[in-house]
Amino acid sequence: MTPGVAGIFARRWLRWETMLAAVLVAEFVLFASISPYFLDVYTLSDATFNFTERAIVALPLAMLIIAGEIDISVAAIIALSSVSMGLTASTGAGTGTVVCVGLGTGLAAGMINGALVTIGRVPSIVATIGTMTLFRGAAYAVLGDRVLKDYPPGFAEFGQGYLVGPVSNELALFVSFALLFGVFLHYTRWGQAIFAVGANPVASRFAGLAVNRYRFALFAATGLFSGLAAVLLTSRLGSTRPSIAQGWELEIISMVILGGVSVWGGKGSILGVVLAALVFGLITFGLGLMNVPGIVMSIFTGSLLILVVAVPALLGRLRLSREANS
Amino acid sequence: MWRSSPRYSDPVLTLTDIRKSFGGVRALERASLEVPAGSVTALIGENGAGKSTLVKILTGIHHPDSGEIRLDGETVRIADPRAARALGIGVVHQECQVFDNLSVAENLFVHSHPSRRGIVDWRALRQHAAAVLRDLDAGFDADLPAGRLSIAQKHVVQIARALTHESRVLILDEPTASLSQRECAELFRIVRKLRDAGRAILFISHKFEEIDALADRYAVFRDGVSVSAGALKDITRDELIRLMVGRPVDQLFPKIDVAPGRELLRVENLGRAGEFEDISFTLRRGEILGVYGLVGAGRTELAQVLFGVTRADRGAVHLAPDAVDAGVALVPEDRQSQGGILDFSLAANVALTNLARLAPRGWYSRARESSLAREWIDRLAIKAHGPAQVVRSLSGGNQQKVVIAKWLARAPGVLILDEPTKGIDVGAKAAVHRVTSEFARAGGGVIMISSELPEILGMSDRVLVMRRGRLRGEFDRASATSDALLRAASDA
Repeated sequence: MTPGVAGIFARRWLRWETMLAAVLVAEFVLFASISPYFLDVYTLSDATFNFTERAIVALPLAMLIIAGEIDISVAAIIALSSVSMGLTASTGAGTGTVVCVGLGTGLAAGMINGALVTIGRVPSIVATIGTMTLFRGAAYAVLGDRVLKDYPPGFAEFGQGYLVGPVSNELALFVSFALLFGVFLHYTRWGQAIFAVGANPVASRFAGLAVNRYRFALFAATGLFSGLAAVLLTSRLGSTRPSIAQGWELEIISMVILGGVSVWGGKGSILGVVLAALVFGLITFGLGLMNVPGIVMSIFTGSLLILVVAVPALLGRLRLSREANS
Repeated sequence: MWRSSPRYSDPVLTLTDIRKSFGGVRALERASLEVPAGSVTALIGENGAGKSTLVKILTGIHHPDSGEIRLDGETVRIADPRAARALGIGVVHQECQVFDNLSVAENLFVHSHPSRRGIVDWRALRQHAAAVLRDLDAGFDADLPAGRLSIAQKHVVQIARALTHESRVLILDEPTASLSQRECAELFRIVRKLRDAGRAILFISHKFEEIDALADRYAVFRDGVSVSAGALKDITRDELIRLMVGRPVDQLFPKIDVAPGRELLRVENLGRAGEFEDISFTLRRGEILGVYGLVGAGRTELAQVLFGVTRADRGAVHLAPDAVDAGVALVPEDRQSQGGILDFSLAANVALTNLARLAPRGWYSRARESSLAREWIDRLAIKAHGPAQVVRSLSGGNQQKVVIAKWLARAPGVLILDEPTKGIDVGAKAAVHRVTSEFARAGGGVIMISSELPEILGMSDRVLVMRRGRLRGEFDRASATSDALLRAASDA
């Protein structure tokens, strides 16, 4: 009678992902019918810039949240990475050096988070709220109200260039990493261990898994990919201000949750996160096409988030109480 | 404050033909039960017999599909836990439901603070609490934070809480699962006192020693049906077990005699601050080493150091060179939070300790995962729909089999079992004992921690007794008697 767990999960997450796909199709139809420019390949290609940088951070963050932890400092890491790249570039360094500094800063920041959580045993929400303030504060302290824009000529290629035709470098990077992370999380034993650590860290430790090593690695990866997002964003904008990527942490976490990743850990899929990223990206772009002001846009995305998180929870409660009364 | 009534008066609580299904799965079918005042009725049955469902119906968490509940002769409907309290049905749950951050007094009145116009009357609350505790001879203060109490004392708090609602019916749902012998005795003294004051008590337990010690009457449930009830003095234990299982249980402790082989594990002067010290012993191949002691003697802490979850401060553990790769496995006492991942499938749980073997190059295959699980479902006779069933939905005994399977699948050198049969039914118990014996016969070494004397005596080749973090004796099969072990384990 009781369906198997794989069955439940497959069906449940399939349904979740189908729902996201349905929302996506609805968005397409809506925006295509409203704006004649929407279905143009280059318009759509433009639209991807709205989410690829955030979505690239959402991938490792999804794994971190599945492992039962969280990182609020991702946007601050982007700012810190961008500032260190700007300072490196202002010394006349080449593109390669600048990129390495950006990635390295992200990785180092992620490792600080990981060390605080695993060695310092600080709960991750507390640790990363702290480092969020710290990293962002450092960016402001170094830069004040200055703007860094002396980037080497080739640097713009990362965030502005196209790989083939309308496929931007950013989009290509996001798709490749999504595939890589999806395979890693769902088809390797390390991915299986990440689910176990999130579902029950104590039992995982008693099963002999190096729980803290997984946590540390995931924090480091999240930092590294925040550094990558900093490279892309800075390259696209061509300048660094300390307020860069302000507020992105909530948008990135929203993407992950919208993607069906459980905030309690142990559940989620990369496919869901990718679909959620597309849903988010299309909404902001489509509403922009319709000249909807930013404030209204954030009301819209906020409502969407509450809706997708609250509705399944309510349905679950209803089903439970019906069972209890039957 | 307690009405005294004659023993064996009319039943206070009568359940007739209760039926309850959950989405097509029948939990109770024609379940009937009488709980008379002034007596202790033992509710006996294997896991899955419907005892928990019955308790949940009596406490208003579930509602019966059909059937009748009568309290003092009147038909009642128990809508929710609040209604159950108002009717005078109190329950002491297996897991302590005590708020550690509140004082004992606040815990007693957590459902009904005495108050005037919404303002809590703290003085009345404390006086009431002190009076109830005095009546129970509880021996601890009402102002104490509940977090400082022992588990046994927390059970007393739950009983006291039930009494503040003038409970006429008190349900004890496996209250002794984590109590030491002495704490049990203390709890039983209080229960007897309540019985003599005329309360109707329903006692749920898997331990026949306790049922003999405490209960006057019994009611046996099997597969949701009440199969027999009556006075305990009219029935033998074997008959009870037969009624419970529906077939004779041939042997509870199928110990296979094995000549111990070479030394497998040597522990020297092992110590960890505040937990245990000066522990030395050896374990040989084919041997089952029982570790007996009261709760808090440091046995679990020792097991965790041997397994490697925590580290020793002093001393050394030597594993025979040919057993280093196989390593040490631990089936922890707390199977729900430490032993398994309840939301994972049976197959994923078994696979968790064998990830490197299942996926040598990293690629994790569901097919290999479920074929490993199928093998162990067969070998341990795990009752499940298949490898994909969620562990949470298995009965306690089968959950324990899954935890054991996940370690046996790894073929460890040393298997440590911490209270391996705690809270599981007779059938599952026999299966766990059989598997343990077979593991030892195949050349493995077993360290079995248990607080159940019959289990220790029935299964062990040698017994170590711990008390307050130290070894207090080593007994071979001939010298290990319940008297000797108890004396070594207790402070006397």
